[in-house]
Amino acid sequence: MFSVLQGVCDPALVALVAALVIGCSGIPGLFLRMPGLGQLCATVTTILAALAGLPAALMLLFSSATSTYILSWGLPFGLCELTIDPLSAFFLIPVFLVAAAGSLFALGYWPAAEHPSTERGLTFFYGILASSMAILVTARNGVFFLMVWEIMALSAYFLLATEHEHEDVRRAGIVYLIATHTGSAALYVLFSLLASQSGSYLLPAAGSLSALPPAAMVIATAAFFGFGAKAGIMPFHIWLPSAHANAPSHVSAMMSGVMLKMGLYGIFRTLTFFHDPPLIWGAVLTVAGISSALLGIAFAVAQRDMKRLLACSSIENIGIITTGLGVAMLGISSQNAPLAYLGMAGALLHILNHSFFKPLLFLGSGVIIHATGTRNMNLMGGVAKGMPKVAFLFLIGSIAICGIPPLNGFVSEFLLYFGLFSQLQTSSLVYLVLLAPLLALVGGLAVVAFTKLYSSVFLGTSRSHGAVHPHEAGLTMLLPMALFALLCLLVGVMPQWALRLVAPAIASFMPLVSDIDQTNYVLILNRISMMTLILCAVAIAAALFWRWRLGYARVTKTSTWGCGYQRSSSRMQYGASSFSEMAVSVFNGIIRQKITRPALKGLFPEATTCDDKPSETLLERFVLPLCTVAGVSFTFLRRLQHGQMHVYMIYIFATLFVLMLWAH
Amino acid sequence: MITLADQLLVLVLLINFVALGTSRLIFSIRAVAIQGVILGILPGLIHPFSWHLVGIISMILVTKGLVIPMLLNRAVRTAEIKREVEPYLGYVPTLLLGAVFTALSFGFAGKLPMLPEHQNYMFVPASMATLMTGFLILTTRRKAISQVLGYLVLENGIFIFGLLLAEAMPIMVEAGALLDLLVGTFVMGIVINHISREFSSLDTSRLTSLKEE
Repeated sequence: MFSVLQGVCDPALVALVAALVIGCSGIPGLFLRMPGLGQLCATVTTILAALAGLPAALMLLFSSATSTYILSWGLPFGLCELTIDPLSAFFLIPVFLVAAAGSLFALGYWPAAEHPSTERGLTFFYGILASSMAILVTARNGVFFLMVWEIMALSAYFLLATEHEHEDVRRAGIVYLIATHTGSAALYVLFSLLASQSGSYLLPAAGSLSALPPAAMVIATAAFFGFGAKAGIMPFHIWLPSAHANAPSHVSAMMSGVMLKMGLYGIFRTLTFFHDPPLIWGAVLTVAGISSALLGIAFAVAQRDMKRLLACSSIENIGIITTGLGVAMLGISSQNAPLAYLGMAGALLHILNHSFFKPLLFLGSGVIIHATGTRNMNLMGGVAKGMPKVAFLFLIGSIAICGIPPLNGFVSEFLLYFGLFSQLQTSSLVYLVLLAPLLALVGGLAVVAFTKLYSSVFLGTSRSHGAVHPHEAGLTMLLPMALFALLCLLVGVMPQWALRLVAPAIASFMPLVSDIDQTNYVLILNRISMMTLILCAVAIAAALFWRWRLGYARVTKTSTWGCGYQRSSSRMQYGASSFSEMAVSVFNGIIRQKITRPALKGLFPEATTCDDKPSETLLERFVLPLCTVAGVSFTFLRRLQHGQMHVYMIYIFATLFVLMLWAH
Repeated sequence: MITLADQLLVLVLLINFVALGTSRLIFSIRAVAIQGVILGILPGLIHPFSWHLVGIISMILVTKGLVIPMLLNRAVRTAEIKREVEPYLGYVPTLLLGAVFTALSFGFAGKLPMLPEHQNYMFVPASMATLMTGFLILTTRRKAISQVLGYLVLENGIFIFGLLLAEAMPIMVEAGALLDLLVGTFVMGIVINHISREFSSLDTSRLTSLKEE
């Protein structure tokens, strides 16, 4: 009896059970006949499980002991261990948080009454996705890891293909499926090689492998390719924008806020295996990271589809995290503890931050798209008048993602800057300082992208005649957004606490940084905390003053941006594309925005239209032509697939026969 | 008891030839059902008595001897197909091939490194020969129902091998195999229905029109 109680109280078990419960949350809905009851049931279950799982994950993060569970699975791949160490526990936090918030959001956003045919599947696979991600970070057996990885990838596919009656959605789904399975192929290489190195399918303990043998290089490359494809690091990002844009918004939030992080978790986990990573690994990660950040945000600026813009900004944020990781690896390779610490802290904190503000923005975009009926920012405008609360929450998310002070994005980027500049005093890695201006450029472009997004969607007047009058979102939709906004503010105001949250995960990563003196950084963050508190106080005071003034003055309502014209029309406003045109033209070689301009003739030109379409350079210029070439050059293989069943059987038979003969 | 088992296995091998050589669909369905029944009795002969074993045997007998043949017969009736097998390859060549494969499997089994207590019995060669017969039926017959029969014979071959491997058969494995078979038959039944509705015949060679261009 005592052991049972002890088992129940063990936070690792609580977290695992919570993960399983979330996975099963959608099952009753499949059988209940009444629409909506299953969804409600799934939401309640998910929230309760997350409420149990979150404290458990936090306890595990700060506890020194890790408990291991062994799954008796009866498969010939060795022991199947489930362990939650601080690194796993750290990644569990966004999983539980975003799963619960998204599930609540779905009640208002994708109600069963309006979507009777798709709601059941959506709810079911949503739970499976969340559950598989939570179990993934605990898996310590390579084969089990791959199984859960596949479940995650496939459930995400079914989620994103929810509206599969649209051609775009199907296409996005296919691209995603091919990209994720190409990545999985690399993971098969990775785990087989790891097994051959360590002698069992159990993942090696931290620091137990040496990076010297040539197999280690192959392992690192396979991990970078396989996990990078999931995370959306730059050359492998092709699936990301269309997949995020075409999924339902709470699914996009889940994919961007959590699923991309699973790719990063894989890279983190793989790097922990080695005790002597060479300098080149860090350098590759840094270069890949900073180029993803720069190109990702450049693509984001060019987008006119709201969710595509957010998706491209995810590439940017993943890039920033990868840069931080790369910098930390450089620090580890060169025995430079402060650099390693700051890089790692920046990267991990940015993972947490991104899983706060990106879901906030995606959920917000869901509300807006729901209300306006379009994703094209050129057709929106003036939404803030109808839904001021959503506009305010979205503003918080936008400020946070740009890395502007009172909010959380600033803290993680600050740590990264701090790490880069700290190299000025040492002699070894001075050239890292060159990354700082690049990072600053990324930040600047992020401001452009999100100013474009916010101003064209929320400000001004509506640009399309057909747009319905948007009204404030319901409580189930506002509540999750408000939660994320609050978290953004909390991390921004109390960065030293957030650093404490990250510290155990860093310590588990490498012994080098555990003996570093952290008080110095905590002091700096304390100062930042003071500043942000003052900033917040000033902002609140200004807002109150504004309210007070409004109370006296006479308020007239008129159209925004009248520019002094008597009869202004909404067509006089800057559109989203015109706002960003100049910024995009700077990156002309990379982005190629196709703008079809009409030629205007005479004093009174006829009515005409102007259209713009940003192109997916890598996908359209390289990957698709490559696929076409491959398809043409392998036509001879198509002859094997002729549709005659019995000849297929002969193939199998012949293989069996050859194998039998071989055995002799 | 083991010698009786060996004699039953010879019967199984003979039924293989019946299934290969007959031109009547109904007759080959019955032959395969009888094969299943014999195989259902076999575990009772080589394993000591237990209620668990009785359960398994009765389940096998009911599924392989009654349920699956009934499903197949009904498929033949409802699809209104000709009662003939219509092979790609003639009956005599298939029979000859079957004989060659049976001989080959005996030769192959003789060379396998087996436990001494298994060496003198016919389990391994019979299993190989039945498996190959299943493949032969699968590859040479045109009708979808014959394909189902081929799968059944193939499964029987695997089952004989399983008899040898599992000292005391775990019920999960057995139940799993049975379920597999039943579900497989159901799926094939559905496929058969759809094929006959879509192409108004059960000829699998028409399936080439489904091929992706």
